Amino acid sequence: MIPAPFAYRRAGSVDEALSLLAEHGDEAKVLAGGHSLLPLMKLRLAVPEVVVDVGRLQDLSYVRDEGDAIAVGALTRHRDLETSDLLAREAPLLSHAAGFVGDPQVRHRGTLGGSLVHGDPASDLPAVVLAMGGTLVARGPRGSREIPAADFFQSLFETAMEPDELLTEVRIPKPQSRGWGFEKFNQRAIDWATVGVAVSGDQRPAIALVNMGGTPLRATAAEQALADGGSVADAAALAADGTEPPSDLSASADYRRHLARVLVRRAVEDARGRA
Amino acid sequence: MQVTIRVNGNNTTHEIEDRLLLVHYLRDVLGLTGTNIGCDTTSCGACTVHLNGESVKSCTMLAAQADGAEVTTIEGLAGSDEMHPMQRAFRENHGLQCGFCTPGMVMAAVGLLREQANPTEEQVRSGLEGNLCRCTGYHNIVQAVLAAAKEGGAR
Repeated sequence: MIPAPFAYRRAGSVDEALSLLAEHGDEAKVLAGGHSLLPLMKLRLAVPEVVVDVGRLQDLSYVRDEGDAIAVGALTRHRDLETSDLLAREAPLLSHAAGFVGDPQVRHRGTLGGSLVHGDPASDLPAVVLAMGGTLVARGPRGSREIPAADFFQSLFETAMEPDELLTEVRIPKPQSRGWGFEKFNQRAIDWATVGVAVSGDQRPAIALVNMGGTPLRATAAEQALADGGSVADAAALAADGTEPPSDLSASADYRRHLARVLVRRAVEDARGRA
Repeated sequence: MQVTIRVNGNNTTHEIEDRLLLVHYLRDVLGLTGTNIGCDTTSCGACTVHLNGESVKSCTMLAAQADGAEVTTIEGLAGSDEMHPMQRAFRENHGLQCGFCTPGMVMAAVGLLREQANPTEEQVRSGLEGNLCRCTGYHNIVQAVLAAAKEGGAR
């Protein structure tokens, strides 16, 4: 399979990327590690006229402690998240979950920013960033703006990004709770999660669900039950409330609801065990 | 566009279509057909090569993205007429049946040992998650990687 023809443009700086996006608008797609975009282009599900390669913008690959937040550059690869000592210390949910994205080869190329702007509700890291209360920083011709993860994911493959904007950074607030949990259920190691759960916090945790609807979702009923002092088992029984999970080859919607209840229980128990 | 990619120690420069995938550059432009195309969907790992020393799936990368980079394929792994310790370990442990997945499997395994020089059996299995063997000959593949780890297979 080969992609439809396109013009390849390589950005040497963020400003150059922004001017290429301003020039080509909707006809352009941003290429980072390419592990979401290129498969879609090979299947001709994405047919951009221009591909703007930002993959060499090394100044967008970093993990930094900025006091009140951990700042992660949008082009930081999953492998770099997985092996970051700073993340392991300050935001272990993110580094742990990054080690479950795809497989080692995918993690050598795929980036945090690419995974987020792709807006696939079956991806792991959108739910992780949502659970951690992260903020996404987008740069465009009008400057930078910060978008809370809760407002970023709008519907299937749709995010708050404008066509002339580039995601530059993800900010994870500090301090993160010592309690966290992550569960990913899939049939083959390289598959997307049939259902996944990211838990940040222990007594009153944030719980985010992977692949239970058109966007990553908070399990608000379960969160509320825990906040009210309910048992983990009782709260987990509410994990699928208000969700509309898809039915597909890997699982029916009913089975996904069942998985959400089981996995939320496990992930919250893990979070409380770590705290 | 024109790209210059250092492949197996040699600089290669070619005029290519912007949409050319790295695996097609290796196979069709350079004639290095040791790198196989299996699933063509980033799943099976048959097309695994090293990009600047790390394992990547060359079916999910544009040749343009490798412009200026160093690529190693199965043909260049040993760097001489002798076999690389990982290749030798695959032969000695019968780590293959039909052989189709083998080049990608060997490249992924060498990449794994570079990141984890003395893996446990479980770490070998999870480290090779990105490579499928349709003969399901995983047992001997894992034995081969463990044996290679003892022989300096990370080189």
